This record gives sequence, C-alpha cells and structure tokens, in this order.
Amino acid sequence: MAESHDRPPQPFTLRVRRYDPESGDAPYWDEHTIELEPHRSVLEAILQARDRFDGSIGIRCSCRQAICGSCGVRVNGEPALACHTHLDAARRSARDGVIEIEPMGNMPVIKDLIVDMDAVHWKKIRRVTPWLIAKQPVPEREYLVPRESMVDVTQTMACIQCGACVSDCLAMEVDPLFVGPAALAKAYRFVGDPRDDQHFERLNDLAQDPHGMFDCTHCFKCVDACPKDVNPMGQIMRLRRIATADHHIVDHNNGERHEAAFASLIRDNGLLWEAELLPRSYGGNSWFGKLHPRAGKELLSSLPSIVKALLRRKVTPMGALKPHRIPKQDLASVRSIYDRIEGRDRSSGQRFELNLYVVGEDEEPPAPDAGVVAGVVAEVSTGESPAEPERPASEDCDTPPDPISPEGSSST
Amino acid sequence: MKVAYWPGCVSRGFTPELHGSMAKVAPLLDIELVELDRACCTGAGVIAEHNQELADTLNARTFALAQQVQGAEMMMNICSTCQGAQSECQERLDASASYRERVNGTLAAEGLSYDKDPGGPFINKNFLWLLVEEIGLDELRSRVTRPLTNLKVGPFYGCYIVRPRRRLGIDEEHPRDQYLHQVIDALGGSVIEYAGMRKCCGFPIITMNKEASLKQAGRHLGDAVDAEADCLVTPCPLCHLNLDLQQPLAEGVVGRQLEMPVLHLPQLVGLALGLEPKELGMSRHVVRPTSVIDWSTSVVGAAA
Repeated sequence: MAESHDRPPQPFTLRVRRYDPESGDAPYWDEHTIELEPHRSVLEAILQARDRFDGSIGIRCSCRQAICGSCGVRVNGEPALACHTHLDAARRSARDGVIEIEPMGNMPVIKDLIVDMDAVHWKKIRRVTPWLIAKQPVPEREYLVPRESMVDVTQTMACIQCGACVSDCLAMEVDPLFVGPAALAKAYRFVGDPRDDQHFERLNDLAQDPHGMFDCTHCFKCVDACPKDVNPMGQIMRLRRIATADHHIVDHNNGERHEAAFASLIRDNGLLWEAELLPRSYGGNSWFGKLHPRAGKELLSSLPSIVKALLRRKVTPMGALKPHRIPKQDLASVRSIYDRIEGRDRSSGQRFELNLYVVGEDEEPPAPDAGVVAGVVAEVSTGESPAEPERPASEDCDTPPDPISPEGSSST
Repeated sequence: MKVAYWPGCVSRGFTPELHGSMAKVAPLLDIELVELDRACCTGAGVIAEHNQELADTLNARTFALAQQVQGAEMMMNICSTCQGAQSECQERLDASASYRERVNGTLAAEGLSYDKDPGGPFINKNFLWLLVEEIGLDELRSRVTRPLTNLKVGPFYGCYIVRPRRRLGIDEEHPRDQYLHQVIDALGGSVIEYAGMRKCCGFPIITMNKEASLKQAGRHLGDAVDAEADCLVTPCPLCHLNLDLQQPLAEGVVGRQLEMPVLHLPQLVGLALGLEPKELGMSRHVVRPTSVIDWSTSVVGAAA
C-alpha cells in the first residue's frame, strides 16, 4: 500500500464522452493525457483535465471520498464512483490502455458526465414512499426494536443514492418504468423495519405494479455496481419472499404463481418440468392451471415458438406431457426435506435465513464434529450465540422475533 | 479427469441437445462423467427466493452426493444458472459452521452430509471454467481437428456465470468473464463482440413481463446480427431457451428478422473437435444453424 503511494506521477490518458444536448451536436469522444500518481482517483484525473485543458467538461462532484454519491459515471463501461476508482486499476481494466469515461446509463444526459437524476432516480425513490409510517400509538419514549433487525436494514441504509445500480439495471434498459434496484432496496428498508406500520400495503403495491418487484430479471448487475454493498437484488428477492410467504399476496404479474409452481414442481418431480411450469405460472399452481383462460391465452400467443419446437423435434409431445423425475427413493428424500423445513417454519411461524451481512463469515470454523449437531440447534434456539440471529419474518412485526423454537428445528 | 457431473434439468428437458453433446465431447477431452442422476434441481434462484434454507439444503444434498463419487476431482455442471444458484448456496454453507450443521442435520435422515473441506475446498465448476482452468487452452488447442477458421462467433455469457464477481471468484488472475472469448479463440474461431454479450437474456421474467423479456432477447440477438456474427455460443441452457426457442416471438417484439443460430458451449467445442453438426443435436434448434452447417460442409469440402 505504502509502496503504491510512493510511486511518482505518471501519464494517464482519459477518453471522455462529451455531449451537450442544447448544442444540437452529436456526442463525441475527447482525449486528454494528465499526470498523477497511480493511486489517485479517476475523479482527480477528470478534474485535472478540466482545469488544464478544457474548462467545459461537465462533471458533478462534492466530497471526493465516496460518501456524497455525486460522481457516478461509467468507467470502461462499468458503473462506478469516479472518486472511488483508482487510476491504475482503471487502466488495467481498459480495453486499449485508455481509461474510458461515460455518463451513467438509463438516465438522460444533461451535459457530458452529468445525468438527470431527478427525471429517473429520485422519481423512483419517491415512488416507494421513502419514509417511516410509524405504528400507532407512538411510544412516549424510544421504540425498542431487536438489534438484528436494525443491523439488517442498515445494509439498505448504506445507500448513498449515487445511481450506479440504476445506471446499469438491465430490466430498466428494456422497461424504463421499472421501479428499479435503488428504490426497491429503499422499500426493503421500511419493510424490514419493525416500527413501520404499512408492510402489507407497501408489498402489495410493489407486487401488483406491472413494473414492480417482479420485473427484476435477477441479473446481479446492481449487486456488482453498488459501491456500498447494499445488494439491491438481494433486497428485492427478500421483498418477494416476504410478500408471497408471509403476506400471501397473489399478484397480477404471475410472480407468486410462478414461484409456487416452481417450488411444487420440484417437490413433485425433483426436476423442472418446463412444459407444466409455464401454464401454471399463468393459470395457477395445480394440474388444472393449464385449463385456466389465462394459460390458454398465453399458449396461443406462444404458438409460433411451440410449433417450431415441435417441428424441429426439440420438444416431443410425450416429453412435454410427461415430467422427467429423479428415482423414487431420492424423490422421497427431496419431499421429506421440503416437509421438514416448511413444516418447521409453519410450526414456529418463521423462516430461518442466514444473513451474511448481519452475521458475517466464520473467522475460524470450529472443527466439524458429528456429535455437535444437536448442540448447534440448541445454540441457535437459545439465541446464546450473537453470531446467529434470525431476521424476523413473522406476518407483522408486532412482537420481537423469537429465536427458532427448539421443537421446530430439532432433527436429530 | 473424473468429475461428478450435474447436467441440470433443462439439459434433459427442453434442450436435450446440450446433455447429448456434452456426452459426445467429454471422451474427446478425457473427461469421465459420473452423472449425479439422484440429485434434484438447483432451484435456479426461484426456490431460494421462496425459501432460502430449503434451497441451501437441496443443493447441499447435491454437493454431498457429489462428494460420494469415488475418485472425482470436482463437481462439474453445464448450466450457468445452476452454477450461480449453487455458488450462492455454497457461499452461505461455507461461511458458517453452525448453519452447515443445521443443514446437515436435515440431510442426516438420508445419511448424507456436506463437508466444506474434504481435504481441500469443495469445487464445483461450469464446463467453461473447467475447460480453461483444468484442461487448459493450449491442450484444448492441440486437440482441435477442425479449427473454426472464419467462423464468426459471438459469446453470450448470460448473468449467473459472470456476476456477482466476488462470489464467482472472478478477478484479474481468473478472468472468468473472458473465458468464452478465450475458448472461441483457442478453437480457431473469430470472436465477435457486441453490446449484449454479458447482459440478461430475459428468461427469468418471461412469465412476469413477457414483453420486456423478449425485448431483451431480441435486442441482444439484433446487436449480434449487426456485428455480423454467424452464430452465438452460450454456457446457459436457459439463455438458450430465450434466445433460440423464443426467437420467433422475440422477432415480433423487436420488429426485425433475426435468424441468429445459438449454440451450446459443448456443441461449439464438439464442432472443432471434429464432430458433425447433426450428432451434436444442431438439427434440434428452433433457429436452424444454417450458417454453421454451411461453414462445416465448406471446411470439409476444402479439406477433401
């Protein structure tokens, strides 16, 4: 580390995308070579280029230390904070040794590297009612909440609103109305907060919206884009899980049906049965799902693909009508795993989720010992180990989360 | 090398040509496949979305079955989505001893147990990673009998095998997000870069927002057409479903003719190792890989 800070200034070439919509001219690329120490940031390089060569380069910045979230750009095609990207690392990831800097995507450009956050990002944040709607009556003194649930929501509170995840959201690229990763992570901040009174309303709103939580394509772009480890996609998956499993919300977008059909087809067959998954996702999770008018409509609209698949013998009628299954004995094991875990969850009224953000990784895993299994369950159930808290998942959060009940989790 | 082989569901369902071509290619690369035919679906992220512990336990069961395969050096899969879903579960299982024992407690009824460190970390690699890291590009190159000269191949990585980078072990030493490029090059083909090569095919939302899903597939295919690729290659059968099976519908959504053949990774490798398009199951694609077949016949013609 110290070594890299000792390295003398050296030349770095930047290729900056320039665009002024008011000029009427097309965007173009500008190249500037600046001199800085390799550990300095891309932002410092842009500012030097602006000071020395071209005062008209537009860039928004303030704190220069990855706190204010102002200098979101794309560096070599990937979203990043300019102030949080070292020049030497940026050059290593460049295609041709020249560091390429563009404005963020999915938002209109105001000038050069400055995008219109109001038009997209902030509008979507406002969409999710980003404030706490407190349970009534509000206690006279402070609210007491379990430590774990507050640690849990700090992950989404770490968001600095830089827009990096919005910039590269692949669902928003094709559906600009998608609520998007930043706003949905913000929604989890309140759905995960035991003090909030509107969990069901928030979830129902975002589940029923055709551009809401079920519009996420699970592409992990936002996970990698985020400079603060907010894990927006992970929060979206938790919104879905809480909406379907805890609040039993059945949405108009097939989200709940798809999840239910998938889970029960694996329980029934061990392997996925594609030809049955699609109609059930539309028509409902049972054998009769395919007879529902919604499933029929979907079948009709997919005819061009279905006919071609049959003609090319990609799919045979028998293959489509009959599921492939794992051997009987293994299927019984899979079903018993379902029964045990889901039964345990039902009887305790909660799901067990290992949240690595809250508990962190083991520093030195204790040596595995077959005899410990029961002991570990007891340890979890008594809540003695602060390293094993559970995220509350009860229907509402009136009561503080109980640790897992011993009888529910005992399997030995 | 001997591997515990997880083929996944779709490779035995709607893309049988993937499983078939892998079986043809393996002996040519001295890979012995021991099929994990007792294992169940990885859940493709959907079961984890439904119930995280359930997904982790089902996958721990698969890992435990893989660890029982005598003499297997590692587990191998041929589905990016399986890789992504399994890596996510493995990350949680490996991170916490008490969680691992909780999960193993459920598996104990069947006499199974997942061991994080059976004399070295438990390794599960997609065929793509295995090709580059275990077999090696030089070895692969030396086995090519029909170099893909002048075949312009666009890589389509999909999401689950390139993100999130930290979980998947992608760094400067292991540029796994470059491996398709490297393999196409080692097989003698020309790599065609285009905007959508690491973007989402749209498959996960095909039942939730069909238009957005098909727009994604159509846009990436269109980008590849514009970049003049002869075909695409993908390590993910679910991407294949949206890019090939749904291509007639994607054409309707983006309003242009696409006709872009999409090959599975083992098919492309098999072609370069001298196998014929038909035995690699290419006649089963919705989009006829005419350009690839024309290319292969012209190469054979030239050699004769």
